[in-house]
Amino acid sequence: MAQVMLKDLNKKYDEVHAVKDVNLHVRDKEFVVLVGPSGCGKSTTLRMVAGLEEITGGEIHIGDRMVNDLPPKDRDIAMVFQNYALYPHMTVYDNMAFGLKMRKFPKNEIEQRVRDAAQLLGIQELLKRKPRQLSGGQRQRVAVGRAIVRHPQVFLFDEPLSNLDAKLRVQMRVELKRLHDRLETTAIYVTHDQVEAMTLGDRVVVMKDGWIQQVGEPMELYSRPANKFVAGFIGSPAMNFVDVTINDAGGTITAETQGLRLVVPPAKAGTLRPYKGQSVTLGVRPEDVHVATAADPAQYSFDTTVDVVEPLGSEILLDVRAGSATLVARVEPSVRVKVHESVRLAVNADRLHFFDVKNEHAI
Amino acid sequence: MMIERRWKKWVYFYIPLTVFVIGTLFPFYWMFITAIRPDAELYRSWRAVNNAPFWTFHPTFEHVRDLLEKTTFPYWIWNTFFIAVVSTMVSLFCGLLAGYALARLKFPMAGTLGTSIFVTYLVPPTLLFIPLADIIRSFQLGDTPWALILTYPTFLIPFCTWLLMGYFKTIPKELEECARIDGATRFGAMIRIIFPIAVPGILSAGIFAFTLSWNEFIYALVFLSSPEKKTVPVGVVSELIRGDIYFWGQLMAGALLGSVPVALVYSFFVEYYVTGLTGSVKG
Repeated sequence: MAQVMLKDLNKKYDEVHAVKDVNLHVRDKEFVVLVGPSGCGKSTTLRMVAGLEEITGGEIHIGDRMVNDLPPKDRDIAMVFQNYALYPHMTVYDNMAFGLKMRKFPKNEIEQRVRDAAQLLGIQELLKRKPRQLSGGQRQRVAVGRAIVRHPQVFLFDEPLSNLDAKLRVQMRVELKRLHDRLETTAIYVTHDQVEAMTLGDRVVVMKDGWIQQVGEPMELYSRPANKFVAGFIGSPAMNFVDVTINDAGGTITAETQGLRLVVPPAKAGTLRPYKGQSVTLGVRPEDVHVATAADPAQYSFDTTVDVVEPLGSEILLDVRAGSATLVARVEPSVRVKVHESVRLAVNADRLHFFDVKNEHAI
Repeated sequence: MMIERRWKKWVYFYIPLTVFVIGTLFPFYWMFITAIRPDAELYRSWRAVNNAPFWTFHPTFEHVRDLLEKTTFPYWIWNTFFIAVVSTMVSLFCGLLAGYALARLKFPMAGTLGTSIFVTYLVPPTLLFIPLADIIRSFQLGDTPWALILTYPTFLIPFCTWLLMGYFKTIPKELEECARIDGATRFGAMIRIIFPIAVPGILSAGIFAFTLSWNEFIYALVFLSSPEKKTVPVGVVSELIRGDIYFWGQLMAGALLGSVPVALVYSFFVEYYVTGLTGSVKG
């Protein structure tokens, strides 16, 4: 049980600056997920915490120790890898006992801990098998079991569910979450899947090009993204972006583009006023666009033409055109529209996002 | 349809295979039949009426007995065995460490070093024996087994290094990373995780190295001179051909006995040997 502190962490390979000034405080017992597209530096960051990559600059603290110069074995961590990394020449039992044997635990305690972990994960029957006799899901359980028998201070997960099929992944995701609630161990989890990040993380760290973009609780990232990248990365289907021009019509601030005119809600009007006459990016999530009813004020609704209808059962995704802008709207399954028909949509005014065109920061 | 397919299978598969097998095995058969043929049959004229070159009706172990009792053949076998085993072990040890380092560690010039080790393997022994002879003389090792134990690694180490490097690269690096997190040092992870997994690769490198040193001719010919110090390949041709007289029976008996250990080694490890060369590790 320990906190993990990353201070001004940097990693440079010959040409590539993979991790740039990463500062992160993972609190005791917290489950933090690093998420981002491939090559964003999330795995490298995790491997530096593990001690598998050298640190170019900055400091890593686990608990109250600086671990920069400690070898992996002395950092009191456990790691679960994407390809499971089970030792193929050992039985499941020996795989799980390996770390304890290396640390010279007494034999009966090793036995006790392995049995406990096996029971927790439901793999008691597999202890005598070799890894090649196991299915993907079973291997993943053994890999997790090998990590938990040692009772380390920190768990590190490097895309542990990526090799599983979709159904099993959802199941293991729930199990991991339950396991964390039960073990209350600090965990750092790397994934490129934003759904995994949102569902597992107490807090989520979004990374891109080696920089941290935003750190926050899942719902905070969703409702108040710090920049356009986070806004587009979190949420599925992704947020709609439309380039609009800010106008000031006698004190009413509007965001306009050809075929679309929305009045900026009063809460945002103040901050957007300086952008008068300039272009900004308007962001609106598909779930914040709905079919307009009589109750919707005229200044937040607009006419569109339907391009594609994607019925998903519980909802329908409409790909629509409003003038030059294209949008995706997530509407009730009861809505009856056909391709090429026109439909009047409305947005939830308090859920509009605006981003600076140049630096892409949220306004 | 069926008939046509069967016909094709015979023409393209069974017949060429049979020819190949006969072609490969015939020299061994010839060696065997010559070794057990009495002298009277061996030196009989080809035009003699009762000449039967491909079989014998009077098999004899006389040549084998002569070989073991009247020549220094038992010494040769022991010398060859001793030299092959020691130089194989030395080369495997160096090859394991070098192969692991080249496959796993990041250090400056690693690529260049790997290539230059390979290049040394390409220098032919027929050139290399001249400078090596000078070195052996300077160390006063001529006519001792150590002359060969120290020179064989010049081609065995590059060979083992490259074979093992290739094998180590097929083992996922996460395995040893995990072991290092689990509490092993890098060396510990190498010993406990990588080497056990690499057993097929290590065995095939060992078999190859053993065979190469068992059969080696030119260094053994140059560096050894006393009859009782020689190895089998050199002893057989230098001691059993005197002047222009070929002692065919003993010669072939020597060749036959000399090839038995290698055949045994191969037959015991053939499975490992195949996986070692194809390199398949499943996590």
